Amino acid sequence: MKPRHKRLVLILLVLLLVGAGTAFVLTAFKSNLVFFYTPTEAVAGKSPKDSSFRIGGMVLEGSLQRAEDGVTVQFEITDTIENVPVQFKGILPDLFQEGKGVVAQGKMTDSGVFVADQVLAKHDENYMPPEAAEALERARKIKEAE
Amino acid sequence: MTPEIGHFAIILAFCMSVLQSLFGLVGYARGYVQWMSSVRRTSYLIFLLTSVGFACLAISFLTNDFSVLNVASNSNSQLPWPYRLAATWGSHEGSLLLWVLMLTGWMAAVARFSRGIPTEMISLILGVMATVAIGFYLFMLLTSNPFDRLLPPAADGRDLNPLLQDPGMVIHPPMLYMGYVGFSVVFAFAIAALISGRLDTTWARWSRPWTTVAWAFLTIGIALGSWWAYYELGWGGWWFWDPVENASFMPWLCGTALMHSLLVTEKRGSFKIWTVLLAIITFSLSLLGTFLVRSGVLTSVHAFATDPERGVFILGFLVVVIGTSLLLFAWRAPKVGLGGKFQTVSRESALLANNVLLVVAAASVLLGTLYPLFLDALGFGKISVGPPYFDAVFFPIMAPAMFLMGVGPLARWKDSPVPDLMQKLKWSFIVAVVSALILPFVMGDWNVLVSIGLLLALWIALASIVNLGTRLKQIRSGRTVTLVSALSSIPRSYYGMLLAHIGVAVFIVGVTLVNGYEVEKDVKMSIGDTVSMGSYTIQLDSLEDLTGPNYEGVEGTLSVYKGERLVEVMYPQKRMYTVQQMPMTEAAIDTGFTRDLYISLGEPLNDGAWVVRVYLKPFVDWIWGGCFLMALGGIFAVSDRRYRKAGSSSAAATSAP
Repeated sequence: MKPRHKRLVLILLVLLLVGAGTAFVLTAFKSNLVFFYTPTEAVAGKSPKDSSFRIGGMVLEGSLQRAEDGVTVQFEITDTIENVPVQFKGILPDLFQEGKGVVAQGKMTDSGVFVADQVLAKHDENYMPPEAAEALERARKIKEAE
Repeated sequence: MTPEIGHFAIILAFCMSVLQSLFGLVGYARGYVQWMSSVRRTSYLIFLLTSVGFACLAISFLTNDFSVLNVASNSNSQLPWPYRLAATWGSHEGSLLLWVLMLTGWMAAVARFSRGIPTEMISLILGVMATVAIGFYLFMLLTSNPFDRLLPPAADGRDLNPLLQDPGMVIHPPMLYMGYVGFSVVFAFAIAALISGRLDTTWARWSRPWTTVAWAFLTIGIALGSWWAYYELGWGGWWFWDPVENASFMPWLCGTALMHSLLVTEKRGSFKIWTVLLAIITFSLSLLGTFLVRSGVLTSVHAFATDPERGVFILGFLVVVIGTSLLLFAWRAPKVGLGGKFQTVSRESALLANNVLLVVAAASVLLGTLYPLFLDALGFGKISVGPPYFDAVFFPIMAPAMFLMGVGPLARWKDSPVPDLMQKLKWSFIVAVVSALILPFVMGDWNVLVSIGLLLALWIALASIVNLGTRLKQIRSGRTVTLVSALSSIPRSYYGMLLAHIGVAVFIVGVTLVNGYEVEKDVKMSIGDTVSMGSYTIQLDSLEDLTGPNYEGVEGTLSVYKGERLVEVMYPQKRMYTVQQMPMTEAAIDTGFTRDLYISLGEPLNDGAWVVRVYLKPFVDWIWGGCFLMALGGIFAVSDRRYRKAGSSSAAATSAP
């Protein structure tokens, strides 16, 4: 091969590499997006049935229950209009409290219980997870519209 | 008085930066020698003024001056003094002050250790750095003054976020910032090269040590942050693909690519345009990281109270800096010219592939980090891109790069015949494959990912050894040289490279084994209960109340047995910080060479029992050990005689602050 051809091969190889990388990244990206829904939207059946999503709002006062094993908990997330029961096995974050903002990630079961594999709370006393704030905001708008 | 002195010093430093920028850039354009030769002195002066400002803020913190808003919001009289000092950079305002302190520190270091660089170049370089500094001084003075007074003064402060009350947090931000800001040096070198049109191997040689030092600091900074998250957040993860982590990781990836591309530019005169572009991208990503972390668009420990004004300012600054430099690049780059030619299989092509892979990896992280922000900003709803995306994307992109790490250093410049490479590396490859297939059986159960991870780690390590062997053989061929003198005749930069590459191998071992074999249990434990974990049995002996300087809490005592033998007693704590009423989990960690035992207290249950989380994390410390080796490799490389001998030129990077 002439040097010019070799350089061409090299450039093509790099382009191929970048192209394959991009295609691969975009596919992985598409299949791993996690969307956010408010309790109202989840109750209305707008949330996906089979895939994971995030739900946010406040932990309903007095809704926290603990199973016998001590590590399975159930609580309700509310956006002041609808409540969604959430089940979670594991240790809740330090700043998880009733009446405070929370975001859970997981799947909705047919019985209407949200099984979370991750529960996020805020990082300091003033800060509200943005998804939780968003859920309350959307609920407020719905109420205003009524 | 102290805060006012500090404020005044920062205003003066701002004015001096404007002057220096003028002297440096206009002086160059007009050829005013007097102007150009003044920038070194102004650099020292600006650094001195900024240090005075920083010291004043630190004094306010140390002396509990609660008439300063920043102190009142982020400190407390009960806070132990090292944390009061760390609180200086624990807030948004303070961390910005640290940013400019570092920037001016680098500026002074460039002024001091660049005697060999012609005055015109140094004038441009320091002029560009001063221009960057202007932006940050303005930002600080207009939107985030750290010296604002609080009237009437608070009786006591609101305390530092308990998450930040930790030795790791005292050094993590300065290290990280040194890295971030350090890339401003190579950025300034790149801009100076574009303006002057002087982009040759000498230029690359000046830039290299600065880039390597910044990279080493960034490596340490990221590793410290990861280590902190591991022991402080209480759930044993070491990397979360949190946007803030990504913000520091993107410049690291591009900075790594930049180091390697600078190597080609210095040795072969190739990749010039690419190197300059990478320098611009790396620093732009550092600025983007600052924007992401400081503007409140992200939610994490690092995000302080949201203030749209600040976000808009940094975004504007970002657009100006990146836009101007890319424009300059588009205009000037075609004049730079191409470098030496090379064949399809050569060290250049291996390094080119490494660069492409690193940049694609950085781009994929950028996509996952920014896309949700864009959607949210445009009102298309909230989405999140979690660890599954990054895990799925990152590993396949980096695996070929890891493979190339074995080949590249052995390949010859210009043209490297494939049979020769195969001859040198065939045993490394065979041994790596066989051990990678067998080792997982020894460790426990066999698993593809573990096997691939070990294969890559062994491959890099073995190829590095072969590399050293080949080099020694060359030196000793036909001559009688003792092994020791042969070893000491090899330049330090070479050892630096080997060390950093072996660091990557160590890192991969840690990641692979922790992901493959970690055991996690959340259990309900009453006093006297036991839980078994691998070959260990852990018993909860007692729970006692405890009182700290600014917190109260509970401390558990747990005995760890291996068979009948007591191996360790561990004391995890649950603290409640009194001022902010914030609970904190202090995990107890028994660190070992091949495993960490990690216990944290979850929550108390009604009947006096606790939910306890127990982890067995094999080889987890190798992750940070690997990062440390990488950084050490960087330091070794810049301590090379070549840089020191070059007289003064760019050498002294090692002793840069």
